[in-house]
Amino acid sequence: MKQGIFEIAENAPAAPGVSRLALRGDTSAVTAPGQFVNIRLDGFFLRRPLSVCDWDASGFSAFYKVVGGGTEALSQKAAGGTLDVLTGLGNGFDLAAAGDRPLLIGGGSGVSPLYGLARRLAALGKRPAAALGFNTAAEVYLAAEFAALGIPVHLATLDGGAGTAGTVVDAIYDFEYSYFYACGPEAMLRAVDKAAAAPGEFSFEARMGCGFGACMGCTCKTKYGAKRICRDGPVLKREEVLW
Amino acid sequence: MNTSVTLSGLELENPVIPAAGTFGYGAEFAALYDLDCLGSFVMKSATALPRFGNPTPRVAECPAGMLNAVGLQNPGADAVIAEELPKIRTFFHKKVIANVSGFSIEEYAETCAKFDAQAQVGLLEVNISCPNVHCGGMAFGTDPAAAAAVTRAVKAVTAKPVYMKLSPNVRDIAEIARACEDAGADGVSLINTLLGLRIDLKTRKPVLANRTGGLSGPAVLPVALRMVCEVYDAVRIPIIGMGGVSSAEDVLEMLLAGAAAVEVGAANLVNPFACRDIVAALPAAMEKYGIENLSELIGGAH
Repeated sequence: MKQGIFEIAENAPAAPGVSRLALRGDTSAVTAPGQFVNIRLDGFFLRRPLSVCDWDASGFSAFYKVVGGGTEALSQKAAGGTLDVLTGLGNGFDLAAAGDRPLLIGGGSGVSPLYGLARRLAALGKRPAAALGFNTAAEVYLAAEFAALGIPVHLATLDGGAGTAGTVVDAIYDFEYSYFYACGPEAMLRAVDKAAAAPGEFSFEARMGCGFGACMGCTCKTKYGAKRICRDGPVLKREEVLW
Repeated sequence: MNTSVTLSGLELENPVIPAAGTFGYGAEFAALYDLDCLGSFVMKSATALPRFGNPTPRVAECPAGMLNAVGLQNPGADAVIAEELPKIRTFFHKKVIANVSGFSIEEYAETCAKFDAQAQVGLLEVNISCPNVHCGGMAFGTDPAAAAAVTRAVKAVTAKPVYMKLSPNVRDIAEIARACEDAGADGVSLINTLLGLRIDLKTRKPVLANRTGGLSGPAVLPVALRMVCEVYDAVRIPIIGMGGVSSAEDVLEMLLAGAAAVEVGAANLVNPFACRDIVAALPAAMEKYGIENLSELIGGAH
């Protein structure tokens, strides 16, 4: 973990209700896709956690939905301004577990961290595929970037406006896969657990206090004992999750 | 310039102490800075048996602060002693403070006796003020007779200084402090968190699964200062002051109110370097206000 001041390079809507945030600064603490950052916002006491979508040596990107006062305040921050950010939080995805043909299963906000994962898996010579679910065609984001990696992408929308009509779980049956990485709302993760035909791992969301393991605000029970979503997660292996 | 203070014979290089439940067992912070810059630190509260704590959500945002209802999650005193204290020894070379919670007078005594045997522990802080557990915790801290009974039971099993951690959720905190002093307490720590509630407008239900939680953060600083002041007038034993402290200036205010040392809690959660930064800022703040010896400041506002 590192604390740093980051410059806002971009903070703009990417789709209805979803904004893309790009920050420039020291990303040396970021070690794996699926990790998150925790952002200080004026007027709010607790920081706001956001998954990293992708990063390089000069900065990182993230996507967020405006769901409350904190994300509303974040959406008002203009490019050129600065943010106090804790980086390199959480365990991130386990790339070594991927096997030859991993499937990335994302829903809504959960699509974002899977992009950085897909890029790295492809760079490792794996053959990843992605199943991405959204509410409507208008809300689809990042799908073109996934496709640009040259990997198979199957979309699902609840209203049928793009791809398969249904949830992302309806989009995973086309694939044969060695392993899965799932990120999205908890109801989606439960449905993936029921449907998936291979081992895998899930990235969870939680209301957090500190975001780095000190306050025990986000602890959950697992097969292997109490785990802090922020520090021991947010990614948990399929076999350890107690639904 | 002298920043040292003394708590019942325990010499501290400076009065800054991370508070229980906001610093884990130190490891997350030791990865960020050298903890030997601290006066001491308080380990997460320990109970006789392991506890998972309350269901989540356990935390909620508040104006200038937060609610928590963690509910004393800890691996149990035996595991803290067997696993955490040896780890702490590798990165912290001063005495730590053991915070102890319980659900009966016997449990408090049993757990305190275990920490009494640990050379690494310099002081026992006895939590009779946790607002987030049922049938224990705060129940002992809201009644002078019960607070005195826990104090006597703990004093009987330890030679280490015993500081009773008091709840602000009482009619008269000075009365509880006096009861602890009369029962033999070496000092008092105050304040624990203030009982609070937040409601989610979308679900129309409390944000916390426990419904209520304890308020901490800068919002509570003036309440804490007032209570430290009241207790300072009521007892002769030392006070560890806490509640919303997040700067060197806040530390000076706490000392003037009557605290002999100061714990920093919620600030650690939003700025993991908070305690290091406060320690580093103390000399400049002392110079600005013409303070040569920090210990001379204690109770100076009275």
